Amino acid sequence: MRKIGVFVCHCGTNIAATVDVKAVAETLGREPSVVVSEDYPYMCSESGQNLIKDSIRDYGLDGIVICSCSPRMHENTFRKAAASAGLNPYMVEIANIREQCSWIHKDKAEATEKAILLGKAAIAKVLLNTPLIAGESGVVKRALVIGGGIAGIQTALDIAEAGFPVDIVEQKPTIGGKMAQLDKTFPTLDCSACILTPKMVDCAQNENIKIYSYSEIESVSGFVGNFTVKIRRKARYVDETKCTGCGLCTEKCPVKKVPNEFNLGLDNRRAVYIPFAQAVPKIAAIDADYCNMLKNGKCGLCSKVCTVGAIDYKQEDTFVEERYGAIVAATGYEIADVSRYGEYAYNQSKDVVTSLELERLMNAAGPTGGTLLRPSDGKHPHTIVFVQCVGSRCTPDKGKPYCSKICCMYTAKHAMLIREKYPDTEVYVFYIDVRTPGKNFDEFWRRAVEEFGVHYIKGAVGKISPRPDGTLDVQGSDLLMDEQLHISADLVVLAAAIEPSKTARSLATMLTASMDTNDFFTEAHPKLRPVESPTAGIFLSGVCQGPKDIPETVAQASACAAKVIGLLSKDKLKGNPCVAHSDEMMCNGCSNCANVCPYGAITYSDKEFRMPDRTTKTRRVAWVNPAVCQGCGACTVACPSGAMDLLGFSNSQIMAEVDALCR
Amino acid sequence: MNDLKDRVVRMSGSRVERCMRCGKCSATCPSYEDMEYHPHEFVYLVERGDVEKLLASESIYKCLTCFACVERCPRGVEPAKVVEAVRLIAVREQGKNRLKPDDLPALTDADLPGQALATALRKYAK
Amino acid sequence: MKIAYYPGCTLKNRARDLDRYARETASALGCEFEEIPLWQCCGGAYTSAKDEIATKLAAVRALAAGRDMGGRVVTVCSACFNVLAQTNREFLVNPDFDFKVNNYLKGDPAYHGEASVVHYLTLLRDEIGFDAVKARVTNPLKGKKIAAYYGCLLLRPSEALAFDDPEDPSVMEDFIRALGAEPVNYSMRNECCGGYLTLEDREAAKKRSNAVVRSAAENGADFMITACPLCMYNLTKNADEKIPVRYFTDVLAEAFGLKEGAAE
Repeated sequence: MRKIGVFVCHCGTNIAATVDVKAVAETLGREPSVVVSEDYPYMCSESGQNLIKDSIRDYGLDGIVICSCSPRMHENTFRKAAASAGLNPYMVEIANIREQCSWIHKDKAEATEKAILLGKAAIAKVLLNTPLIAGESGVVKRALVIGGGIAGIQTALDIAEAGFPVDIVEQKPTIGGKMAQLDKTFPTLDCSACILTPKMVDCAQNENIKIYSYSEIESVSGFVGNFTVKIRRKARYVDETKCTGCGLCTEKCPVKKVPNEFNLGLDNRRAVYIPFAQAVPKIAAIDADYCNMLKNGKCGLCSKVCTVGAIDYKQEDTFVEERYGAIVAATGYEIADVSRYGEYAYNQSKDVVTSLELERLMNAAGPTGGTLLRPSDGKHPHTIVFVQCVGSRCTPDKGKPYCSKICCMYTAKHAMLIREKYPDTEVYVFYIDVRTPGKNFDEFWRRAVEEFGVHYIKGAVGKISPRPDGTLDVQGSDLLMDEQLHISADLVVLAAAIEPSKTARSLATMLTASMDTNDFFTEAHPKLRPVESPTAGIFLSGVCQGPKDIPETVAQASACAAKVIGLLSKDKLKGNPCVAHSDEMMCNGCSNCANVCPYGAITYSDKEFRMPDRTTKTRRVAWVNPAVCQGCGACTVACPSGAMDLLGFSNSQIMAEVDALCR
Repeated sequence: MNDLKDRVVRMSGSRVERCMRCGKCSATCPSYEDMEYHPHEFVYLVERGDVEKLLASESIYKCLTCFACVERCPRGVEPAKVVEAVRLIAVREQGKNRLKPDDLPALTDADLPGQALATALRKYAK
Repeated sequence: MKIAYYPGCTLKNRARDLDRYARETASALGCEFEEIPLWQCCGGAYTSAKDEIATKLAAVRALAAGRDMGGRVVTVCSACFNVLAQTNREFLVNPDFDFKVNNYLKGDPAYHGEASVVHYLTLLRDEIGFDAVKARVTNPLKGKKIAAYYGCLLLRPSEALAFDDPEDPSVMEDFIRALGAEPVNYSMRNECCGGYLTLEDREAAKKRSNAVVRSAAENGADFMITACPLCMYNLTKNADEKIPVRYFTDVLAEAFGLKEGAAE
């Protein structure tokens, strides 16, 4: 006969105000096998834990039930306490009488009755618990960072600084991401490239960092501490080991009309190109969609002018396979399509631009050399209207349901910079709310108004109409004046919503990392574990987790690195012993379990079984890799023969709980 | 008071509480300058339960039901349907037809299509 | 091809040409408009209120006839198209409406939104094809700059009508190109002409018509085309600036050489 102890927590008044804790302890104390049942104001406190430990020793308990808050909160606390008193930590069960009882009920009698039932179910379960011992696995001391924007760069640098090798995989020919395209950064107005490029160079020079540019993730397998990743190195038709980045080919290439994606199509580049002057690595790439030589074999000019013989038209995609202990998603964001809001005439007028396009139009390395000129006629705009929240804060059928968070600040920045450089230009900003929480942020937009004379109008723009004289009629509302107004503008800038990279969804599937409905990666806990994915060994850096500006991205990127370093510093990882296992005698090899397993933990093998008549028979049976299994239990439900069971949550344990509740 | 709000919400099917007060409906409304209460105010007053002000206002007869606000609202609030519901509550009251068949001859000319009369009677009479 | 045709009242009196040329041009393209027997006025306007049932019954009868005559109803008038399409949509999104309407009508069989509503313009675009229209043109409208006027009723609510992009439509422009003319792009083409407000507050309605016609004129239009008799009335009667406004079927008939001896 087992000896079970029950410990009922008051949680101050959190539980005790709604649940009669004394009655719960007393009633549960009368259950068979229960030898001690106590209540205490704060079971998680040191004295509460001591009460548990002493009871384990004094009564020789071989199982305990804690009636308290959710196991998410203190299961670990109580398991450790049990272990220190010599009891296997998996002989501890939690009855959640706070979140699932006291907090959601008003009637004390009802809540007390329910708490007792929950306690009885936990007792029924713990009677069937078996001591479990967590397995151990090794850690590959190398990290992978997917995405080479400022988030990925910062995470990689921090991990490398701690002494661990780290690889960056970037799909574009250079690292740098969106920050490389920005002109100035708020709230200090320093040049974006000036603060980013040193970090890019650091990445290139750090011997712990290897950059796979122009590369994509092909497949991911394995588990925390031991991932295997296949990387596709897209053919750039330029030998990376030979190219010196001199740029001669990019000057001689005869194909001149290729939309330059770095300048968002506002000007053209050649078919062979280096994205921008400070690109890292500074190696040319040939755009196969435009190169005459690759398309029809007629040209070869770049090869002729290259002094080091780096051009290789025969290059093909290659693959690299590497093992990693940790993987960081840093896939960043894209600008949402604003052409769906036809009333803003983005497709009808070149002078309606997105804010990112404006960055290029104001950047010294941009298509206009840093002089703000209208895309349509190259003239200087004298009236500029900014429209906020384009595609953000919508119902899901109309756009993004979230606030893109960075637009209020960059619009204030743009408005201020324009007023400073071109005082003859009037700047209007249509806003719904100005959202500027952050250090020196509110002061920043106030400066735009108070010092730079930017006109902020509380209201929205309903329609933008291109007029025959080249101006744009901006029809908007001024809600404070209760007026509808028309502004004749030369340039309109749309603060377009940001959205996660289109590649994020397929990557999440490969990583078995979860995403929200907007395709942002989900964090393990929104407050307490913000840089980890719920999938062990997968970490999150930057906007792929949710909209954020550069300071916040960098802070999160470093936090993410700290978590990765913490993982890589360990030699061994303790696994979760609550994993599935298959009873080979009952398994019929149907594959249902493998089909539902989200972690790819189940494999099959043919095994020989001795039959009662001493003959042998070969059968296909499932095997669960305990290091990969996360204990979700999907396979146990899918298994038609009942062969699959979950340690710590066995079918018989769950049935016992249900029986206890129904008794 | 809340009774009226309930009626407007039920008739229009509009989710007025979804409004984030951006004013895009009023930015887009072609009848704006002929209205005392503008589309965003219709939504706001209904949300507040202040329908009587709207019932008493000429604004309810100025909406063109052009649906520009419905199309462009980022929150799917459908202000034009709110205006229509308020107007119907007004004209459905005994003797409150805005337009009577007797008024028509004076308003008609040889080119006016029958469609105009049918539509106007739909909008301004019960 | 035969298709059930709902002409609507105005096409039987003030806008006879809109009707006549629609049939004649369609027939020239091998498509016969088969008039729905005993159709009734659609009411001219769709009332969005959920408790308006009786005013939508005539439209439901037309839709049910369309279902029985091959599954589709074609209209030419923007208002009829709007009313029929919105009514039909209500069956798909509002079970209460379906229940009440069928309770009233006691039709056999009951109607549940089975028909589809098409406008002559989208029929030309999606089924006949503008290439076929172009091939049939004998009298191309070379050098004419035509402003397509959509107004509200063809485009909004786009969810129910699914006619074209409500902010940047192109079907009428493609139509104009098929006839050999040049479309004029102007921003007011999808804004309201003043509609029925012309009976309530003519001055207010005039502002709308003026804004539309001015915008078309500013952009160099020789004339405007419309599918709606009320738009036609407002744009010609109310606007101070005078640009000819024609029905799209009238222009189509001209391009097809079907207008000789026709009553102008």
